[in-house]
Formats: sequence, structure tokens, C-alpha cells
Amino acid sequence: MRVLMFGWEFPPHISGGLGTASYGLTKGMATLDDLEVTFVVPRSWGDEDQSMVRLIGANRIPVATRKVFYKGFRKPLEMIEVSSKIVPYIDPKDFWKVVSTEVSGQNLFVQTNDKGMIDFSGKYDVNLLEEINKYAIVASIIAEENDFDIIHAHDWLAYPAGIAAMAVSGKPLVIHVHATDFDRSGGSVNPDVYHIEKNGMDAASKIITVSNLTRDIVINRYNINPDKVETVYNAVEPVNFSHGSTFKKGFGEKVVTFLGRITLQKGPEYFIEAANKVLRRMNNVRFVMAGSGDMMERMMRRAAALRITDRFHFTGFLKGPDVFKMLELSDVYIMPSVSEPFGISPLEAMQSNVPVIISKQSGVAEILTHAVKTDFWDIDAMADAIYGILNYPALSGMFIKNGKEEVIRLKWDNSARHVRDIYYRVIENYKN
Amino acid sequence: MSASNKKAICFYFQVHQPFRLKRYRFFDLGHDHYYYDDYTNESIMRKVADKCYLPANKVIMDLINKHNGKFKVTFSISGLAINQFRLYAPEVLESFRKLADTGMVEFLAETNAHSLASIKSRNEFEQQVNRHKLMLKDYLGVDATSFRNTELIYSDEIGSWVADMGFKSMLTEGAKHVLGWKSPNYLYCNSINPRLKVLLRNFALSDDIAFRFSNRDWNSWPLTAEKYASWVSKLGTRRDLVNIFMDYETFGEHNWKESGIFDFLSHMPAAILKKTPFKFMTPSEVADLLQPVSAITVPSPISWADEERDITAWHGNELQVAALDKLYSLTDKVNRCNDPHIKKDWDYLQASDHFYYMATKFFSDGAVHAYFNPYETPYDAFMNYMNVLSDFELRVKQYFPDSKEQEQIFLLHEEVNKKDGIIYKQTREIEKLSKKVARLSPSKTDTKSRTAAKGAPKNARAIKDEKASLKKSQKEASATTAKRSTRTKK
Repeated sequence: MRVLMFGWEFPPHISGGLGTASYGLTKGMATLDDLEVTFVVPRSWGDEDQSMVRLIGANRIPVATRKVFYKGFRKPLEMIEVSSKIVPYIDPKDFWKVVSTEVSGQNLFVQTNDKGMIDFSGKYDVNLLEEINKYAIVASIIAEENDFDIIHAHDWLAYPAGIAAMAVSGKPLVIHVHATDFDRSGGSVNPDVYHIEKNGMDAASKIITVSNLTRDIVINRYNINPDKVETVYNAVEPVNFSHGSTFKKGFGEKVVTFLGRITLQKGPEYFIEAANKVLRRMNNVRFVMAGSGDMMERMMRRAAALRITDRFHFTGFLKGPDVFKMLELSDVYIMPSVSEPFGISPLEAMQSNVPVIISKQSGVAEILTHAVKTDFWDIDAMADAIYGILNYPALSGMFIKNGKEEVIRLKWDNSARHVRDIYYRVIENYKN
Repeated sequence: MSASNKKAICFYFQVHQPFRLKRYRFFDLGHDHYYYDDYTNESIMRKVADKCYLPANKVIMDLINKHNGKFKVTFSISGLAINQFRLYAPEVLESFRKLADTGMVEFLAETNAHSLASIKSRNEFEQQVNRHKLMLKDYLGVDATSFRNTELIYSDEIGSWVADMGFKSMLTEGAKHVLGWKSPNYLYCNSINPRLKVLLRNFALSDDIAFRFSNRDWNSWPLTAEKYASWVSKLGTRRDLVNIFMDYETFGEHNWKESGIFDFLSHMPAAILKKTPFKFMTPSEVADLLQPVSAITVPSPISWADEERDITAWHGNELQVAALDKLYSLTDKVNRCNDPHIKKDWDYLQASDHFYYMATKFFSDGAVHAYFNPYETPYDAFMNYMNVLSDFELRVKQYFPDSKEQEQIFLLHEEVNKKDGIIYKQTREIEKLSKKVARLSPSKTDTKSRTAAKGAPKNARAIKDEKASLKKSQKEASATTAKRSTRTKK
């Protein structure tokens, strides 16, 4: 079976969850003999790992002037020349760099805030939607020129591309919801984004969600028939920890780590409040908030107001090996997300032998047994869990041992097999 | 043997309620010394009292009256349950007392707190059993002569301790892996001390009532008293003893009243008396009247819990081991403490239930156990318990502020005791001598008494001085400790 897959980013050019998840899934699919995946991203850089899949960059597709009509969009687009303006959204900082260099010349400037959500403000919003539309146009061209059995689109930026490919080829569409705008915005949903998401969900033959939490949002907030929505949990890439000397802590204290974007969605303020409660009772502990985001400054001010800055550290954005170094330092990993469709990072922490505390409002809480689960707002419970893990060695020992065993069982192969089952069912139904 | 012609059926019910802990956060440490969830404890006790204890006690009272000495049952009521009755349901305690007064009901001794002391410390175990015996005497007016350990935990060693404490018989599980080809339907004895008789639970017939009674998928549903009696009678020809042991909450709580469990209970004795050769007996009667067939060897502890019938439900994972070790590391200090609040909390924290909540082996089939468990996860249970235990430790340590000073005080104490002993001995000697002197001739008395008088006062004075200086140094030591404790309080 040949799968035409539309994503938005591909390693090594990734900003987070979406890229990691779609790459992991694709890799898992590559182990299945009867699946052949063509992965399309808006822009390929040439240094991607193509051992597993054929990668097509939309920016590399030669597009002459063609007439394309597609009525799903706001305006029929007539003649499109695809330029390199289609950019994958790398991390927020990088994106900022890429787009701001082009401001003068091309007058293309898309502002994203650090949630990875695009603020549609002023005249720039038109350009982002145009980019998505351009991607859709190119998608239809790719769909014409390639042969495949099913289309799979990851997250809202790729839905229009998936719909376009479906319209051209008449093949069934599966969309994969890694997050909805309800997660990203904390409730104040952007109508344009909602519109694109809703269209994608309506057009798709099947909707894959990364957790039942997300499945419920899709069913209730987007008014989708529950039969159409199925949960396929994410997994985690096995990591080999034999990379030479392990990093040593330069101090004797325990370390509690928050690692992620410092945004409303991730609940950093609850981490600070819990840290404050713990620091009132014990001294030999340090708290680290690793990452960057639009709430970082506010968080620093809050830490200063609580007078805990001598024990509460900000590292800024961490990359690649630094992430693992940080995990190796950590005695507790905490993810107090307000709304987290899945959340792969706790799994990575568990692989690194770090006990994790996760919010009940995260999808990953549905599959983990050996983790502390608290409500994101329950700073008392969070503080208590931090204290318990730091002070009762039997507890952290159990978490580390059982957590590692548990996380080893979460393989992308299993998720890939599940997705393959869905493909077969969709194609079967589509014929009838 | 005439004794072996006697056939006995023994019904025994366990009554226990733990003092469940409230949500105790680490920042309560050192501030809040009250650990119990009064609301939950009271509402559970009230619910179980109304649904089970009171109606079941009434049925049993009626049966005793009706059968006129032919129906007997056995209970064990933990000290914690008695305390909860006193707090929340005194009428239940009253009804148990009335049952005790009939003489047809035996009450078994156990550890007061329904604890796991038997797998940790003999000394602590014996103390707790003695406390429970006092409770039974005080509140039910009975002297316990038979024993059953928490959740029927038994091993050869524990059995021998129980025998040494003078009990006639002890109850445990008829665990398959211990019995092998043997049958639980005979009386056995302890392999170290054969004077202790061992009664083994017939788990098939017990669980028919306890677990399967309301199960409509069971092919024998509905279970009637006649059907049950016919099963028992099938054993009858060659077996001596049938032991039916279960939680008392089986009646009305695990099986609701609507399932007909009370009707079953009220008809069952008549059916058994009519259809089977078995007579109702209590464990102490069984021990007196029946002959054991052989010794039973149980090298490692068994219990009546789960498929495994071992102690892993309370002592299976690292969390439980750590929590138990921590708890029992305080034993010596608590024993040297006289604070009644510490003693009470010490008892309440012993309850095996706290450790049961920490079991991880139920992750797979948590449904049954979730029913009994106030915590969401075993980790949660562990954290809460350890927070409480940490606060308890702080309180105990206030009495023994620092191990060094503690040692010093302890040594001084010892010395004072030793000197007291010497003083006592010598005053006795003086008395004896002066009596002797009095009996002798006055002329001789003069010289002798003079020498005695010369020696004695001097000696006594020296001892007195020594004692005073000791007391002084002790006072100083306690003053410094007091200072220290106030400092730490600050």
C-alpha cells in the first residue's frame, strides 16, 4: 500500500511534538513490509534522513503556471508559482529569523507567538493562509504526478493539502490530529484556524487522534461523529544510553526539571508555585525551567517576587544533547500542562531514568501507570509528589524501575500497525 | 478414640476497620499531628454498621436463641474496630457484648491494630497481642484462648510464639501449596510446638459464600442453605472438621441484603444440623475435643489473601518494604515513650491496610481492590503514609532529641538504677544485721551496734551523696535536651 503523507516538518528541522511524532510514526511504518510512504513537507532542506521514506519538499516541485481551481478556500487561486516562501515552522526563534530577513524584499511576514500558534494580526494573516493554500496547490500537483492508495495529513497546516490531494486523486483521506486550536490557545480559538481544522475533519474518512482527551475535543468541539474518530497513542524512540561518560552534577542538591515551551498551555506558573511550596520546607533542591516562550519573563518576575531565584533557574531554550544532559541531571521531571494532547517528553524522561509527574490533563496520562498524575492546578499535590520522590528513595526507585519497563513497551511499531489497520478499513469502506 | 468421632464445623468472621488517613501533605509536617480522615472513617463505619454489623448480629442472636446451644460462631474484632465502634457506633459494640454474654460466641485474640508485627518483630507482636487481650476483656468481658493473626498470616515460627503465649489454637488458610495432598478438613498442630492446634480454612466452601454468593454467572447460583448443607454433608463421612472463615462484611456489605444473604444465614444452621453429622464448635472447643492428625509445616508465612496465599499483598514491593522498615525502626523509641497520643498513633499506623493500599501487583486487575482502596495509585498511598510517618517520627524524636545525648541519658539512667539496687540491698543487710544485733546480749549489742552504726551511716551517706550528684548530672542533661528541643522547635 502506498501512502502519501503530508506533514509540516521533518527531522532534523523540527520544533517539537508534531515533527517528532510524525517522524516516529513514519519510521515505525517503514518496518512494515506492505507500506510505502511518501512524505511531503512544505520545504525540504536536503539534509533530512531519507533512509526510511521518500521525502518530497513542496519547494522542490517544479511548478509552471497552471490553472487550478479549488473551491474549498476563501478565493479561487488562479495562477500560482510556487516560490520558496513556503517555510517549515522550525522552532519559534528560527522561524522568526527566517521570516524577518524577508520582510523588506518580499513583504512576507508571519508572526508567530511562542506557542507555535500563528497570531493572525493585521495584514500578515493573509500571507500565512496563502502559504497554506500554496501548499495545498502543490499538494494537488504532487497527487497528480504520484501514484498512491491513501492520503494521510498531519495537523491543521497540512489538512488543506490533504483535501486538495483527495480532490485531485479521489483517494481517501485520513487526518491525524496531534493538537487542536483549543489546546494551543487555551480556549480563545482563532476562527480561521478552527475553520481549516473543521474542514479537514469533515472531509476526512477517518480521524486519528493522539489520545482520548483529544478525541473528546474533536467529537464535542468540532461536532464529529464518534465512529469516525480513533485514538492511536504516540510512542517514543528507544534511546541508547551508552554514549560515553555520563554527565556529572557539579553540586549535591536534587534537581527538579520543567522542560518545554514556557507558554500558557504548558502550565509553567503552577510549577513555580509548587516549587515555592517545596522550597519552604527543604533546602537541598534546585528547580530548573528549561525552554523559552512568551511567558518566560513573567515567570522570572514571579520567581523573583517569591524570592526563590537562588534556587530556581532558567536555562533558556535547550537543544539536542543539552536536553539529555538536563535529563541526566534531573531527579524529577514535571509536566504540569493545562492541556496536552499527548506529551512525548515525559516518556523521554522515563527513558533517562527520571521519575515523572504529569498532569491529568495530558494524553500521555491515559497510558502511563508508573507516573504521578495530578491536576494541573493542584499545586499542593504537585509539591507533595515532588517532596515524596525526593525524600523517599524507595518511591523514586520504584518509579525509575517500573517506568523504564513501561516505556520500553511503547513502540512506534505498534502505533504504525494500528494506523495500518485503520488504512485497510478506510480503503475497504471507501470502495463500497 | 471417642474424640475422633466428633465432627465439627467452625464458622469464623473477621471484623476489622482501619483508621484511614487523611490527605497529609509534606508541608503539614511538624504542624498537624492529627492524621485521620474522620469523615471517611465515620461514614464507612456507619454504613457498614447499618448494612452489616447490626442486622447480622441480630440474625446471629436469633439463631443462638433458636438453636439453644447448638449454634456457635466465632469472631475476631480488631482493637481498631473496637475503638471505631466506641467512637461512631457504640450500639454495635453493645450488640457484640450481648452475643458474648450468651456464651455461644468465641472471640479470638489478635494484634490490636490488625498489624504486620508478626513478620517484623516478636517482641512488638507479643505486646500488641497483649493489648488486644486487654481490649477484649475491657469491652466484651471475655478472655481469649484462641488466636488468629492478621489476615490469617501464619508460619511455624509465628505459631510457636503464639503457643508460647498460651493459646490453644490458631486459625490460618488451607493454602494448597502448603497442604499438598493433605486435606484442610482435619485438625493439625504446629510443627515446632505441637500443643498449638492449627485450624485450616476450607477456601472452596468459604468463598462459595464470601465471593460467589451474589454472582449470577456462577453455575450454582442461587445458593440456598439446603444446597450448601448438602455440599458440607458430602465431606461428612471421613472428615473431622470444616472451617468456614470469612470477612463479616460478607453479610450485607459485600453481598447486599437484596441478594438474600441474610436469609441464607438464618436458614443455614438448621440445614447443617439436620443434613450433616457436623456440630457447630468454636476453635477452643475444637482444640479441646478433636485430635490433630499431624503437624503442618509452614516454613514461610502464608495468608488468606489473593491467589498466591502469601504476604506479598502487604510486603511485596519496595514501597511496602521501605514503609514497614521505617515504621519498625521506631519501635524502640516508641516503647520508651509514655505519651498516650504517641502510643495511640503508633497503633493506628500499624494497620496492615496502609500497606495493602501500596500493593502494585493489582495494577492488572485493580477493580476488586479499588473497592477497598481510598487512594488512586499505590504511589499515592505510599507518599501519604510516609508523610504521616515522617511527622510521627519527628514527634517521637522530640523525646529523644539527639542520639548522643539520648545515649548519655540512657547510660546515666542505667547507673542510677544500678546504684538504687545496691542501696536497696545494703539497707536490707543493715536491717538484717540490726535485727540480729537486737537479738544478741545487750552488752555485746552495744559494741556490735556501735560498729554497725559506725559502718552503716557512713556507707549510706556516701551512697546518698553519690545519688545526689547523679541526679544533678541527670537534671543537667535533661535541661540541655529541653533547651535543644525548644531550639529545634523555633
